[in-house]
Amino acid sequence: MEKQKKPVIVLAEFSSPAELLHAAEKVRDAGYKKFDCHSPFPIHGMDDAMGEKRSPLGWIVGTVAILAFVGMMGFQIWTSAVDYPLVLSGKPFVSYQAFGIPSWAVMVLSSAITAVFGMWALNGMPRYHHPVFYSDNFARVTDDGFFVSIEARDPLFNANNTPGFLESIGGKNIELLEE
Amino acid sequence: MNFDASTYKFTHAGSVGKTSMIVGALMLLLTAVGYVSNQEIFFRAYMVGYMFWLSLALGGLFFTLVNHLFGSEWNIVLRRFSESLSKTFPLLAILFIPLWLGMHDLYHWTHTEVVVKDPMLSAKSGYLNMTFFTVRIIIYFGLWTFISHFLHKKSLLQDEHPSEELIMTMRRFSAPFMVLYALSTTFAAFDIIMSLDPHWYSTIYGVYFFAGNFLFVVSFITLFAAYLKSKGILDNIITVEHYHDLGKLLFAFLVFWGYIGFSQYFLIWYANIPEETIYYLYRWEGSWKIITMTLVLGHFLLPFLSLLPRAAKRNLTWLGIVAGWIIIMHFIDLVWLILPNFEKHGVHLSWITFTTLLGVGGLFFWNFWSVFTAHPVVPLNDRRFEASVKFKNV
Repeated sequence: MEKQKKPVIVLAEFSSPAELLHAAEKVRDAGYKKFDCHSPFPIHGMDDAMGEKRSPLGWIVGTVAILAFVGMMGFQIWTSAVDYPLVLSGKPFVSYQAFGIPSWAVMVLSSAITAVFGMWALNGMPRYHHPVFYSDNFARVTDDGFFVSIEARDPLFNANNTPGFLESIGGKNIELLEE
Repeated sequence: MNFDASTYKFTHAGSVGKTSMIVGALMLLLTAVGYVSNQEIFFRAYMVGYMFWLSLALGGLFFTLVNHLFGSEWNIVLRRFSESLSKTFPLLAILFIPLWLGMHDLYHWTHTEVVVKDPMLSAKSGYLNMTFFTVRIIIYFGLWTFISHFLHKKSLLQDEHPSEELIMTMRRFSAPFMVLYALSTTFAAFDIIMSLDPHWYSTIYGVYFFAGNFLFVVSFITLFAAYLKSKGILDNIITVEHYHDLGKLLFAFLVFWGYIGFSQYFLIWYANIPEETIYYLYRWEGSWKIITMTLVLGHFLLPFLSLLPRAAKRNLTWLGIVAGWIIIMHFIDLVWLILPNFEKHGVHLSWITFTTLLGVGGLFFWNFWSVFTAHPVVPLNDRRFEASVKFKNV
């Protein structure tokens, strides 16, 4: 027996970037949270229109950076002054001037890695598939299509009303995609 | 003061310029009294106060050049600020004369009897001699005056006859100007400050000097824009987005300053050669140690952390406090560069330094203010002006 299909996402097309921007504002004002806008290129002001908050990534990277610096400093102090004290060119065991450089390098490296993979994690990447790809029309998003999608996970989502709402704000080719 | 918001021009510049000129003249008079009463320390004290303002004009010149070269939009509204700041070079050239007259008191290498006995100074005498020094100083001020006048003139021309050609002209010329600027600033730092100790040398010295200058000019522009804002001038032209970017520049160049300062220190520390380490030894003597630590913490670590969050750069009060702090630190940095060559056992700041600071500063600000208020305070007919006003950080 085939599994019962359930709606997962509703997709609506808009004809221009400006329309998409206004649609985003209306979806935001209607109280939807789990929705997204898709366009072939970045649209100025979209973050505000969608009511996006600033990403917490900076704070995550900052924390990792401080930990990496302190950790690497501590590691060098431990190796050079505690575990195996070694005199190098007559400098003190704890030569923070020299230790600062690897600590700095490790800080930069770990921050960069955290930034990339943190961005992935916050964006739910990597993933192999997304329900919007059930729509054949959606392929135009890489060319001249502008779409709004609202996920069924959104508490306000209603398979009967949400497509109608998108139509009422000017959406065309409304598709309720099931999985 | 009265400001016409439609033409962006001051119709009445108010008493600010006159007040600062009077304060400047009075303070220079007091400085002259200082010369009579205390000849021994006069020139070094004067140099600290003088270099402070020279560094602001130099920073302003860089800000203008970089503005043209990058073709960025956000800083178009701030271009007149830096253009006006660097129009002060003729005045600064005149105020350099006391230092030129005091060459014998300031520079060890001007004493022929010392140079003859010192193989190192003899070897350098082809470069470090009074004639060539004078020639170089004239070349520096000539170059700086020429570049800043040229760019300001073209920029004003743009107000009357806007054209794409002018934008391209300013950009094309800025490239060779930038090379000349870099060389002249580096060598000016070598000649005026580094040669106070003619035995010691560091190739990164000019870059270090430049880093401080740029921090000063960005801080100054931030505070000056905030001052105009408090008078209701340009308050919807220079927005929080511009302050945010100024904050970012401050932050970036704090790191740059720290990076250059550390690079110089680290190589000398690592090699541990006495003729190089003597520089830091002087600055580790007595109360100089406190100044050195103040710079590490106050010129780098504290402002670095205080500008780290995004919100800090977008809060005008906070940004203003940090900018003011950086200006004070830049002054301390100059004290740290210049005075340990003379005061070997600890900090000794003369009152003459402060009268010079206010004296040169008063005339400097009067000059800046007259140029600034004589023309539209923004390049209003630049094609990118509108975009600059509407600029938003993503």
